[in-house]
Parts: sequence; structure tokens; C-alpha cells
Amino acid sequence: MLRHWTCGACFDVTDAILHLATVDFRWRGRSGFSVSVPNFAMNAGETVLLLGESGSGKSTLLSLICGTMLPDAGRVNIAGQDLATLSSSARDRFRAEQIGVIFQQFNLLPFGTVIDNILLPLRFAPERRKRAGDAKATAATLCTALGLPGEILGHRANTLSVGQQQRVAVARALIGQPPLIIADEPTSALDADSQAVFLDLLFQQTAANKASLLMVSHDPRLADRFDRVVRMEDIARIHRVAA
Amino acid sequence: MILRLAIASLIARALTVGMTILAIALSVALFLGVEKVRTGAKESFADTISGTDLIVGARSGSVQLLLYSVFRIGNATNNVSWESYQDIATRPDVEWIVPISLGDSHRQFRVMGTTRAFFDHYKYRQGRSLETADGVIMDDLFDTVIGADVATTLGYSVGDPIVVAHGLASFSEHKNQPFRISGILAKTGTPVDRTVIVSMEAIEAIHVDWRSGAQIPGQVTPVDVIRQMELTPKAITAALVGVESPLQTFALQRAINEYRQEPLLAVLPGVALQELWGIVGIAETALLAVSAMVVVTALIGMMATIFSSLNERRREMAIFRAMGARPTTILGLLVLEAMLMAALGALLGLALLYAGLSVAQPMIDSAFGLWLPVTAPSLQELWVILAVVGAGAIVSMVPALRAYRMSLADGMLVRT
Ligand SMILES: Nc1ncnc2c1ncn2[C@@H]1O[C@H](COP(=O)(O)OP(=O)(O)OP(=O)(O)O)[C@@H](O)[C@H]1O
Ligand SMILES: [Mg+2]
Repeated sequence: MLRHWTCGACFDVTDAILHLATVDFRWRGRSGFSVSVPNFAMNAGETVLLLGESGSGKSTLLSLICGTMLPDAGRVNIAGQDLATLSSSARDRFRAEQIGVIFQQFNLLPFGTVIDNILLPLRFAPERRKRAGDAKATAATLCTALGLPGEILGHRANTLSVGQQQRVAVARALIGQPPLIIADEPTSALDADSQAVFLDLLFQQTAANKASLLMVSHDPRLADRFDRVVRMEDIARIHRVAA
Repeated sequence: MILRLAIASLIARALTVGMTILAIALSVALFLGVEKVRTGAKESFADTISGTDLIVGARSGSVQLLLYSVFRIGNATNNVSWESYQDIATRPDVEWIVPISLGDSHRQFRVMGTTRAFFDHYKYRQGRSLETADGVIMDDLFDTVIGADVATTLGYSVGDPIVVAHGLASFSEHKNQPFRISGILAKTGTPVDRTVIVSMEAIEAIHVDWRSGAQIPGQVTPVDVIRQMELTPKAITAALVGVESPLQTFALQRAINEYRQEPLLAVLPGVALQELWGIVGIAETALLAVSAMVVVTALIGMMATIFSSLNERRREMAIFRAMGARPTTILGLLVLEAMLMAALGALLGLALLYAGLSVAQPMIDSAFGLWLPVTAPSLQELWVILAVVGAGAIVSMVPALRAYRMSLADGMLVRT
């Protein structure tokens, strides 16, 4: 019951794909940066834009959501699973199963082929691999849907343009239909035209997968496309200790 | 797929990886080469004499006796008198005895006086006998049979005349008594290949005009006169002995060692060889240790290149982590990479060794009389390769553990 109160009346927690409650995290070392998130949740199928200026801790927050780092206090729930209760290797596997990740740039292993890069998360997520069916065919379908030429699958990733690389990253995030897609400023390396095309494709494919999308940016112009826009300062308190 | 990505990653860094592999390859080739030469030398030494039960010479060290009598290395300090030789020869437990007289030379090759029995009883490589490749065993007093290397090096053929020089590396030649080559021996891979063989009588004959190591001034005995002379040797350098029954070997050895009239020494060739290995063993081990250190150095070089690649590969590791790879997978990836490099290096080293061996084999043979056989890689060599791969894995744990910690700390956040 208490959970219902803390999360705010607008969300049903049982339906949340993502829920952060009373999270506290502090970087070890010299930066002295700490962030706390009292309450933040996302519904399944929801698309959320997280806005915040540089250094406000957006990427740090995403790392906590992905479970590559654990908060010092509080809970991070993904699809109803408290990450802290998982062993570190189970957490890594959970991430592979549940979350598709897209970075700002340099998403791909430069020496690997496009197909190797797309199939990489399946290597660590057996269930996601099952969902992907014939993984190679699925990858090819995704690439076509994302407007990538078919023969590109065999090319080495570092021979692709930046825009193409970002689309391959989308294909990799979507393959096997993970319920949550996390994108950390995926468009900032693209020019305005390719940005629009990229976002169209990303939304289209995310919707086709019925996945939730949490995208981080410092560009408020993107707001229109999302179900909801959240500002970093609204959900998180950051604190810096001068070194 | 992980293996394929590891290989692709190595190929992407072809230059530094290639250098690392080459360094490992050269070090492994050196190590295996040293080992090959070591065992090859041992084998060819052990193959040099077989079927001889005892070597008899004047009292000195057993290794020294073995070296000068069989390997033509070094010199005898004393001779064995003809009387003592006769004494031993007539003992009932002696089945055969072959005298050897050394001391003269022809060009860079040693001259050995002996009897026909030498060709019957000298055996090498588990009982093989000497054979002539051309011509016949000497017949006349001034006939000589030469080893295969003597013939090829000096371009001699049967019928050619040669002049023997007094002593070793000397300018005073026995010009007045030229020899004729009656036969050339087939290659044996032993010091016989580098020996000019004449009869015991011939050794006497060329020293008719010599007294205590110097030519008697003005005295030149014509060859016809020499042929009429009694040419019984006064002394020999050493003798090879075969016993009637192996059981008598030690008794005969003791008898010779305790021979009253003259201080003599009898050694078992195998025992003397063992003693020789004991002496060179330290040098051998040192050589092996040094070449092993070279391998270790190459592996540490590999460790350094992995270390220096870590920073530029932080991004790569973060991608792996974001895709669900565990930190241990990252660690395994780096170790796998190191093992691949070490394995490639070791195999390339083996290939280099065999390529080098087949090219250098004739040169090593003619320069050192050492025939290194090109055979399929031995089990031991495969173990060495495995050990290099294992050592590569261990060494790479240092940077891999660092990457492990880095990927734990970085998570999927890479600020580049
Ligand atoms: N690996 C780290 N170790 C220590 N401190 C870190 C680390 N990564 C980030 N920080 C600290 O966390 C703070 C927030 O960084 P973060 O990358 O989360 O911000 P951001 O909002 O994503 O910024 P940007 O928009 O530039 O990507 C930084 O000021 C930095 O000092
Ligand atoms: Mg960021």
C-alpha cells in the first residue's frame, strides 16, 4: 500500500517497466558527484524523454537503471525485478534479456561485422535469443525496416557512416524484443535531417515491439514525439562535493 | 562468436599484434633451436662410437682420452708404448684391438694411422660400418683413405696425391713421402669424415728422418729404402678394444688401469660420454635458461602491449558490458586474446625453426659436423608450445584483471 502512495497516484506500480524509489548514488573517487532519485517510474509501452544539462547525472542514472552499478541506497526495479537482489552475473544476464541500449555514438565494435554487432546481446541472453527466432533473418528484417541496405550485414562496423552505425545500434537494441529500450543521446552525433529520420524509425520500431523507450537528451525540441517529458531537476537531486 | 570477435579485434590491430607475435615466434624458435642443437649434439656424439668396449690411452683424464681418440679434439699428452700395446693385445679376454696414431695433419684435417682392423671394428650409429664411396681401403704403404668431408672440402678424388704435414697446423711437410688417395669413405656424420687415414707403418715411414719431433738435418732416406725397412711402430696414441664377453669389460679395464710397466688408462666410451655431459651440463642449462628468459621477455612485451591497448579499448569493453557481458567475460576475452597471440607466435616460431633448419642443415653439418635431422615436431616441442600458451595466459592475467576492475568501475559509462 505504501508503495502506491510514494509512487504517486498516476502510475500503477505493478504495470511499471521501470521504477526507482529513494535511490541514492555517489561516485567513488575524486568527482564527489552524487545523485538521489526519490521516485521515478515508467509504464510499460511508455516513451519518456529525460532532459537535463551536461553533467547533471543523466548517464549515471542510466547506468543505475541498467544495473551496471548499484545504488548505495534505495531500489531499482525493472519489469518488477529488484536489481539489488540479483547476483552480479544474474544482473548482467538480466540486462541482456530486458534492456536494449543505444549510446550517443561509437555504439559498435568497430572490428566486428554489422551482423556480429546486432547479434551480440543475444550471446548473453538465451531467452531473448529464443524470442529472436532465426536471429540472422530477424536482424536482416530489422535492418531493412531501419532503411539499411541488405548487403551491409557483412560489412565491418567501422566502414559505416555515423547515421548508419546509429541505426545498426537500434537494430541491436530491438532484436529479441527487450521490453525496455534505453537511449543516451542517440541523435546528438547526427545532423538535423538524419535526426528526424532516425527518430521516426526508432519510434516506429519501438512501437512495433511494444517496448518502452527512455531517451536522454539535452535538446527540448524533441519533446513533441514523446508520451512524457521529464526534467532531471524534477526527478533527481544532485550534489557535488568540491574535491 | 566471441572467438571470432577476438580474432577480428586482433586483426584490427594487426601491426602491434603482428610485432608481438613475431617477437614470441623468434624467441620460441631460439629456444627450440637451442634445444635441437643440444639434443642433436648429444645424439651425434653418442652415435659417433658404438661397438667399442674400451678406449685405451696414456693416463690422463677419461674425457680427454675420449675427446682426442674418437672426436679428434685436443691432443694426447703421452703415448702408449708398442710393448704395452702388444701386452694388451695378446690378453685372452681381448677379442680385437685397433691401434690409433695421431699427431700429423693434412691442411685442416687430422691424419690418423691405424690398421685395416679399424675398418672392420669401428662402428657408428648403432653398429654401422665404414664403407668406401669410391676406391678401396689402402693397400700400399703410401696409400690413404680419406673421409667424405676431406674429399668434398679439398676437392679430392681417388688417385690424387697428398702430402702430410708434421704436427698440427705446421709448415714442415713430409714432402718426400707423398701419399696417394686409394679410397674415399661414404659420409658418416662422425669425425671420421674429417680424417685422413693411413696405415700405422706409413706413420713410421714418414718419420724415418725425424728424431724427437725435429727433422734430422740433411738426412733424406729414399722411399725405396724406406719400403725395405722394418716399420714397426714404437708407440701409439690410443687403442680401441673389443672384449670377448661384456662381463670381462670391467676386469680388463681394471687390469689396464693397474698396468705396472706404464701408466695407462682404459675408459668405457659411454661412461666417458656421461662424464662429458656432466661437464657441459652447466653450460647447457645456462644456455637453455637464457633462451627461456628470451621467451619470457617476449611474453612480457605482449603484456605491455595489452596494457597499453586497454585505454583505447575502454569503449569496446563498455559495449560488451552494456550488451550483458559479465566482467569475467571481459577478463576471459583478454586472456583468450593473449593465448591466441602466444599460440600463433609459438606455432610461427616452430615453423621458423623448421624452415631455418632445412636451409641451414647442410651448413651446420659442414661447419660443425653436426647433422640436425628435420623430423616431425616432437612431443616435447608440443609441450613447449603449450607451455608458452599457458605462460601467455598467466602473464595476460595482469592486464586482464585491470580491465576487469576498469569495466566494473566504468559500467557502461564511457566518457570519450
Ligand atoms: N566513472 C566516473 N567516476 C567518477 N565520477 C564520475 C564518473 N562518471 C561520471 N562521473 C561524475 O558524474 C557526474 C555526472 O556525469 P554524467 O555523465 O552522468 O552526466 P550527464 O548528464 O550524462 O552529462 P552529459 O550530458 O555530458 O552526458 C559528472 O560530473 C562526473 O563528475
Ligand atoms: Mg551523458
